[in-house]
Amino acid sequence: MTTTDVDTDPEAARIRSLVLPDRVHGSIYTDPDVYARELERIWYTTWVYVGHASEVPEPNDYVRKTIGPQQVVMTRDKTGAIHVLHNRCSHRGNLVCDAERGNAGSFRCPYHGWTFANTGDLLGFPFNQGYGGSSARAQLPGLATAPRVESYRGFVFASLSPDGPTLREHLGAAAERLDRLCRLSPSGEVELTAGWVRHEVTANWKMLVENETDGYHPQFVHSSIFSISGSGIGALYSDKSTAVTRALGGGHTENDLSPEFRRLGVPMGWAGTPEAKIPDYVAAMRDAYGTDTADEIMIDGSPHVMIFPNLFVAEIQLFQIQPLAVDRTVQHVTAIQFAGAPDLNRRLVTQCVGSVGPAGMLLADDAEMYERNQRGVAQRRPEWLDLTRGLHRERVDDDGHTIGTATDETSMRAMWRHYLELMT
Amino acid sequence: MTTALAIDLREAEQFLYREARLADAFALEEWEALWTDDAVYHVPVDPDADPRTHMSIVFDNRGRIATRIKQLQTGRRHSQRPPSRLCRSVTNVEVLGVEGGDDRGDTVVGSVVQILESRDRGATWWVGRVTHRLRRLDGELRMAAKTVVLVDSDRALPTMSFLI
Repeated sequence: MTTTDVDTDPEAARIRSLVLPDRVHGSIYTDPDVYARELERIWYTTWVYVGHASEVPEPNDYVRKTIGPQQVVMTRDKTGAIHVLHNRCSHRGNLVCDAERGNAGSFRCPYHGWTFANTGDLLGFPFNQGYGGSSARAQLPGLATAPRVESYRGFVFASLSPDGPTLREHLGAAAERLDRLCRLSPSGEVELTAGWVRHEVTANWKMLVENETDGYHPQFVHSSIFSISGSGIGALYSDKSTAVTRALGGGHTENDLSPEFRRLGVPMGWAGTPEAKIPDYVAAMRDAYGTDTADEIMIDGSPHVMIFPNLFVAEIQLFQIQPLAVDRTVQHVTAIQFAGAPDLNRRLVTQCVGSVGPAGMLLADDAEMYERNQRGVAQRRPEWLDLTRGLHRERVDDDGHTIGTATDETSMRAMWRHYLELMT
Repeated sequence: MTTALAIDLREAEQFLYREARLADAFALEEWEALWTDDAVYHVPVDPDADPRTHMSIVFDNRGRIATRIKQLQTGRRHSQRPPSRLCRSVTNVEVLGVEGGDDRGDTVVGSVVQILESRDRGATWWVGRVTHRLRRLDGELRMAAKTVVLVDSDRALPTMSFLI
């Protein structure tokens, strides 16, 4: 990571003065200049999660996706390769793809009929004598494509910068969390086939990223539902919990609840689903992994990991964070589905729908906090947001990761450290 | 299809208006009492998708309707603190038919709802096409199902934690 010279880039120096090891300035969430720089330095540079291979299972399938405010189309070409195309005609800039998803080998711009392959290549343009004949195709541009597209376990990421760390380098220890998610499928595969709920909040995207692995808030923000549903989630995020908050490097963070799940020792306890209700799934897992390993997997459960800047896996659901403006953010959310687990999958959809989205019994209240925070930080004083919780009791685990207790702000501090690396 | 149990347009309208008024006023117990025991309350993303395998905005059985009401009653449902200011109009009411095939069938009623919701964040205009399945039980009308297909159901929506 290159560091900008503060003499030649005063904006870098200004941002460093707003993000300190134990506090951040309120304007970091509200300043349009900061946001513009985030788009360039983070969203259009680093690896950003775009979609999942299971969303384009067949040759020529496509689905519209986003990279921050950018509209892109994720396609699978006839050879099976996945591409990420900017949704903008190379002729006059029109949107070339308006269907949400479908199957097509090519896209035809409605404005003047230019046609592009699902790889982005220009195929043709009407009345081609105007360009000196069809041979002009070699000189005219196709659709812009993301310079780098890579996937890990079916999770497709793109970088709009031709250079930088590889996806594996970017993911680092977070890759193992995706492994942990995938091994909950008897065939080791996640499928995102349940469709999306889209929830927009009037708040800066970083409010969401910070909240995703904030173990301090659940007891307060979600007490209304915990108190009536008998949910055990609240206890996982208490002073007595053995769960830890972990900085995974690269701005990626997690609430590792597996120590609590292991202490309880109940297969599928993490999902709140007794084994007896999903006998086919449990049998398939034991067939696939052997009883001991399968039980270990089913006890440890699914990760709760925020992969910077926009992929959040929260046990049974997956969120994709999309900034639209300095104070507007969309969370796209779906229930995680495991290949070869239809009985479990139905329960996951039911649980997820109850929890997330505009009417969700959990997420509606998180969203309220983001929006209240956004209004709050616009107030002039005390200017700073405190990040000191658990600073005195942070330690380093056997893998070299910084960890705090279940309710410590270790994750936020780690996110901001990485943020400064990218922004300055 | 005229039977003792049939529900005519006028009666259906009166029920829909009453339900709308109770929801606007957060008359939670009275609103909850309108549901049958086998009720389904559904706000789909894609009305053609199977809600058991696809995401919905709301997909509540009777138990989950009760949980939703209880959550509001705790006074700690932050997204409803303070409660949204609501005023909705119900129009285009039509009796669409009877489901169930005999004289015990539920009467299916279509309508359009428009809701102005005002909160600190600003005002939101919610519009959708609604289908009620109404049933007469012990002489009283109840709703066995309510489906609200929002105009913007598959677009990004702001928080919607009132009773739509």
